[in-house]
Amino acid sequence: MEKELRLMKGNEAVAEAAIRAGVDGYFGYPITPQTEIIEYLMEANPAETTGMVVLQAESEVAAINMVYGGAACGKKVMTSSSSPGISLKQEGISYIAGAELPCLIVNVVRGGPGLGTIQPAQSDYFQATKGGGHGDYHLIVLAPASVQEMADFVSLSFELAFKYRNPVMMLSDGAIGQMMEKVYLSPQKERSKTVPEWATTGKPPTRERNIITSLDLDSNRQELFNRKILAKYNEIRENEVRYEEFKCEDAEYLLVAYGTSARVCQKSVQLAREQGIKAGLLRPITLFPFPSKRINELAGKVKGMLSVEMSAGQMVEDVLLAVNGKIPVFHFGRMGGIVTTPEEVVESLKLNFIGG
Amino acid sequence: MVEFSGIKEIIKPENLVYKKTKIMTDNVLSYCPGCGHGTAHRILAEIIDEEGLQSEAIGVSPVGCSVFLYYYLDIDWQEAAHGRAPAVATAIKRLLPDKFVFTYQGDGDLAAIGTAETIHACNRGENILIIFINNGIYGMTGGQMAPTTLPGMKSSTSPYGRDVKTMGNPLKMTDIVASLQGSYYVTRQSVHTPANVKKTKKAIRKAVQYQKLNKGTCLVEIVSNCPSGWKMTPVQANKWMEENMFPFYPLGDLKTPVE
Amino acid sequence: MAKIRGSIVVNVEKCKGCEVCMVSCPTGTIAMAKEVNGKGYNYAYPANPELCIGCANCAMVCPDGVITVYKTKI
Repeated sequence: MEKELRLMKGNEAVAEAAIRAGVDGYFGYPITPQTEIIEYLMEANPAETTGMVVLQAESEVAAINMVYGGAACGKKVMTSSSSPGISLKQEGISYIAGAELPCLIVNVVRGGPGLGTIQPAQSDYFQATKGGGHGDYHLIVLAPASVQEMADFVSLSFELAFKYRNPVMMLSDGAIGQMMEKVYLSPQKERSKTVPEWATTGKPPTRERNIITSLDLDSNRQELFNRKILAKYNEIRENEVRYEEFKCEDAEYLLVAYGTSARVCQKSVQLAREQGIKAGLLRPITLFPFPSKRINELAGKVKGMLSVEMSAGQMVEDVLLAVNGKIPVFHFGRMGGIVTTPEEVVESLKLNFIGG
Repeated sequence: MVEFSGIKEIIKPENLVYKKTKIMTDNVLSYCPGCGHGTAHRILAEIIDEEGLQSEAIGVSPVGCSVFLYYYLDIDWQEAAHGRAPAVATAIKRLLPDKFVFTYQGDGDLAAIGTAETIHACNRGENILIIFINNGIYGMTGGQMAPTTLPGMKSSTSPYGRDVKTMGNPLKMTDIVASLQGSYYVTRQSVHTPANVKKTKKAIRKAVQYQKLNKGTCLVEIVSNCPSGWKMTPVQANKWMEENMFPFYPLGDLKTPVE
Repeated sequence: MAKIRGSIVVNVEKCKGCEVCMVSCPTGTIAMAKEVNGKGYNYAYPANPELCIGCANCAMVCPDGVITVYKTKI
C-alpha cells in the first residue's frame, strides 16, 4: 500500500505514526519541547477511529505507571516527555524493565540539569543508556536524526519491545521534535488482537494466573532473574546494533555523532574534505546496543575520533571504551541548549588532531 | 495432627455451612496473627467466586504488608509501584473495559505517596474499585507513622505520639474522595466482627455491580488493625480500634448512588 | 423441636492463635489450646463441641480462613 507524504514536525510525526502503527494507548503530560505529541493525539481523536486510548495523566509519574498497567495487559502503550519528566519516570521505567514489559518511551531532550532550558541538548545519554532508574537493566535506545526516523522508529520500537519484552526509548531532541520535514507515513495498521501468553487479561480456566511483578525476596531466584535479563541484553547487543556511515571508506579522522549532532557533522565532513581533511562520520542509530564492534574496527583504520554531542561529553565514554586505547579520542559539544555549528566541529577536529 | 474437629457425625458434605473459597490459594498468609488483611482478602475472594469473576478480575497489588497479595487470590495480578496502583488500574480498565479491575492499597500507599494518583483517578471517575485498608500505621516497614495515624498515637517515627503541630492532622482521604464528582460509591467498613464482615461483603458486592454500570469510582475503606504495629494482642487491637479509630473514622456510607 | 447442632474443623497448623474467633463465638465452643502447633502458636479448637450451633461467626472473622463449619438439625 502507498505511503502518504506529509510535511510535519518531528513531534507530530511520532503521534501520527503511533496512530497508524495501531498503538493501543498513549499516556502523557505536557512539557516543552514535546507537548505537540499529546496535543496532536487529542486533536486527531483516534478513540473514534482506532479505539486508541489517549489520556493526559496528572503527572509523568502517573503516566509511566499507566504505561506499566497497559503493557502488563499485553497492549502496545507509550508515553513521551522531556528530560525533567523522564527523570520522574525512572522508578516506573525500572519497574517496567524488572517486570519485562514492552513499551515505548519518547524523550525529546532539552538542556539540563534541573529545570534547565527548553532548547535542544543531548545530555540525557547517560540516563538513557546506563540505566537511569535503579538496578541492572537497560533500555533499548533508538536515536532518530530526522522527522522520518521519528515516525519510522515507532513501529521499530514496538517490534523490538515485544521481541525482547523490554522497554524501548526513542531519544530525540528539541530540534528534531520541533523541525518540520517531509515524512512518508505508513498506512493504518489494525490494532493487534494477539494476547501474549504472559499478559494479565483475566484468568481463564485454561491457564494458571499471570502475575506481573518485579519483586522476589528469594535472592537465589532473583539472581537467576538478573542473569536471565543479562543474557537478554547480550542477545540484544549481538543482534540489534544499528548505525550509518558517511564517507568512512577512506577516512583518516572519524566523527561519532547521533541525532541533530549527526546532521551537523555530515556538513562538517564535507567542509573538512574541502580543506583536505579526510573526515568520516559514524552515526549510531542504536545507542543501546552501542556499535562498539564497528568503532573498534574503525579505530584500526583512522588516526583519531571526535565524539560530537550537545553535552559535556557522555557518549565519548562509550567511544573510548570501544576504541580501547588504540587511538586518541576527544569530545566536542555545545551545551545549554545551543546547537553546534558544522564549522565549530571542523575547528575542533583541527585543534585536537592537526595541531590547528 | 493437622485438623481438630468438633462432633464428627455432623461433619458431612451435606451439612457444610462455610468453607474457605477456592479463589483463596492454599498458601499460608504472611500476615501477623489477627491482622485484618487476611479477612479482607477472604471477603474479596468470596465475592469474586460468588459473582463468577475469576476470569474477569485483574487486581493491582500495592507496596506494603499486602505486597504478596498475588500469592493468595487465584486471579491475574499486577504489582504496582508504591502509591501508583490507581494509575496502573486506570490503564487496565481503559484498555480492557470489560474486566473487573480493582486496587488494594494500604494507608501509606493510598494517602501518602499515592495521594495524587488516588485523587486523580477518582476525579476522572475511573470505573475501578479501590479497596483501602486503613490501620493508621506503616506495617511492612516496621510501624512508622502514616497519614492516617491518630493525634497522640505512638509509632516508631512518632515515639512521643503524633504531634499535630509538627506532623499535621490525620488525612481523611475517603472524605476527600467522596467530595469528588467522579466518585460513585464511597463507604467505610471494618472486618473485625461477623456483623461487620457481612457489611463489608455487601459493600464490595455493591461496588462490583456498580463497576458494570460505568458510573465512576467505588472506594471501600476498611478500618483495620495492626496488632504488631500497635503493640497489642489482636483482641486488644480490635477493642482499641473500636474505641479510638472508629470515632475518628466512622463506619458507614459516605456517598451512595442516588438511584 | 429440632435443635441446630454445629461442628467446626480447624486447620491447626495454619492457625495463628489470634483468638478473634474465640471472642466472636456466641456459645463458648472455642478455646485456645495449651499445646502449640508447628509455628509455636496456641491454636484455637472446639473445646466444648456440644455447644456449637454452626453459626460460622468464627469462620467469618478468621483472618487465615482456617475454620470449616458444618451444621445439622437434630
